[in-house]
Amino acid sequence: MIRRFLRELNGPQSLGSRGLFWSSFGLCVVVMVLLPAFVSEYEVGNFTYFLTNIFLALGLSMMWGLGNILSFGQMAFFGLAGYSYGVIAANLAPVTDNTFLACILAVLVTMAGAALLGYFLFFGRVSGVYVSIITLVTTLIFETFMAQTAGPKWAIGKALLGGYNGMVGIPSLQFRWGNELIEFFDVPLYYLVIALLLVTYLALRWLANSRYGNALVATGSNPVRTEMLGYDIRLVQLEVFTLAGGLAGLSGVLYVSWGHYITPSTMGLTTAALPVVWVAFGGRKSLLATMVAAIGLQYFAQYLSMTGSQHALVIQGALLMLVVMFVPEGVIPPVGRAIGRWWRRGTKEGDPS
Amino acid sequence: MSTPILSLEHVTKRFGGVTAVDDVSFAINEGELRCLIGPNGAGKSTLFRLITGYFPVTSGTIRYRGGDLGALPSFRRARMGISIKFQTPMVYYDQTMLQNLVVPLQRRLPVPQARRDAAVLLDKFGIGDGAHKLASEVAHGYRQWLEICMAVATRPSLLLLDEPTAGMSPEETKATAGMIHDLVGEGMTVVVIDHDMEFVRMLNCNLTVLHLGRFFAQGTLAEIQANPEVRSIYLGKK
Repeated sequence: MIRRFLRELNGPQSLGSRGLFWSSFGLCVVVMVLLPAFVSEYEVGNFTYFLTNIFLALGLSMMWGLGNILSFGQMAFFGLAGYSYGVIAANLAPVTDNTFLACILAVLVTMAGAALLGYFLFFGRVSGVYVSIITLVTTLIFETFMAQTAGPKWAIGKALLGGYNGMVGIPSLQFRWGNELIEFFDVPLYYLVIALLLVTYLALRWLANSRYGNALVATGSNPVRTEMLGYDIRLVQLEVFTLAGGLAGLSGVLYVSWGHYITPSTMGLTTAALPVVWVAFGGRKSLLATMVAAIGLQYFAQYLSMTGSQHALVIQGALLMLVVMFVPEGVIPPVGRAIGRWWRRGTKEGDPS
Repeated sequence: MSTPILSLEHVTKRFGGVTAVDDVSFAINEGELRCLIGPNGAGKSTLFRLITGYFPVTSGTIRYRGGDLGALPSFRRARMGISIKFQTPMVYYDQTMLQNLVVPLQRRLPVPQARRDAAVLLDKFGIGDGAHKLASEVAHGYRQWLEICMAVATRPSLLLLDEPTAGMSPEETKATAGMIHDLVGEGMTVVVIDHDMEFVRMLNCNLTVLHLGRFFAQGTLAEIQANPEVRSIYLGKK
């Protein structure tokens, strides 16, 4: 069973399938696990923040890279999940000391929202750039709506939505074990995020190379041909849209449990575009490239802001344009292939037989 | 007499003011091989697209095994056994030939089995040497064969082939005719659109002639060739 799962992780939709790839992958996991022993707590927290966004980027990579559906709505789902978690956790935590239920419910609410929007989009046969426009507009409408929720009348139970200033004091992920309250922040949250990320990456990689992944890629590549082969492409698209919505939701929940607040500006025009930049820059067809680029670009943007540059967004935008013009498949896949070729040449020369 | 596998009853398709298919009625029996011929703009490809549900009919009825296809979406028609190869190859250009063929095969087989069968099928069709090349990188003839392979891989009852030999060499054309005869021999119903009369001769079947969107004539190749009206609109120009 496990061996079969491992074999099915490799396939046409994944970059890197050889021993070199999996040993490097294992090394990266080990480095990430050991990281808190070598860097400050602040750095761990900072890195956790970057990692929380990866789920959203992975979902976008599945949907856009494989399914050819470009959505600018991922931050809307991020925000929906963030607010949902905030509301549910604020009401639940004082009673049960457990916010994991809130986490699950928030992700489910977000998936339901994505499924509803996706139903109208895909069963209405909307495609191409119109999906991008509608999802962007949805994000901006949601931002505008949340920005006017100031004042005590916009409260759900104990949770104040907070208008433009957003929701504050959102509880961490926590549960009670006997008499002890176990809260996930700093290093424990970091480990939780890594574990979730590892599971998500492997599961998505498996899905990408499964029957569903093949159907998704086929639908993205030529919807008419795929439908004529007997696939209900509306359903295929709806499923990936809902999945990507759920992953954006997971990012949203982890983000608010990390930062304890959320504001409507999370769903602004700039933030809505950033995931698209990460995924396009790294290589939208590869989950791994997406992860590397999302972490790298977030570090880069933060570095630019911290060194006083006002141009972080301009530089990221310029990078996106350069990539789209000169390396449309993204920066990382060609680098990965070059390393693979170099390694095989090296091992062949070193092979005495 | 048994129910025809496909019957068209007064089928009309209008695009704005243009009538592409005009009150066409004819039937095709189970296990039959039929050629659809006619000059450019006769409505042949449009008819295929109506049968597969790519376009809705403006009026008239298309029956498959006696049942009205109505507004059934294309994928449902495909699942009922209607398969098509389009005029210009509709394949996954950014995928390998092998992966292209996995897509129809995995509908009825587990993925690893579909990969193995895809390789076997490509070899059988004589295009196995291109299995790991992208469909965008192989010769046009290969793409034509690949799409035929994909259409056949769904094991359809009714196979619609729109100009299967366009861009093929005489040897390839001959092989295609042989393959079509094999499929019909296995019990498949095949409808072919083609302009190449040499190929039509090789198929040696009944012909239906369309002209300006209308049903024009039907019969064997000899009958059609002997029909002076058909000669004037189509064959006479060859």
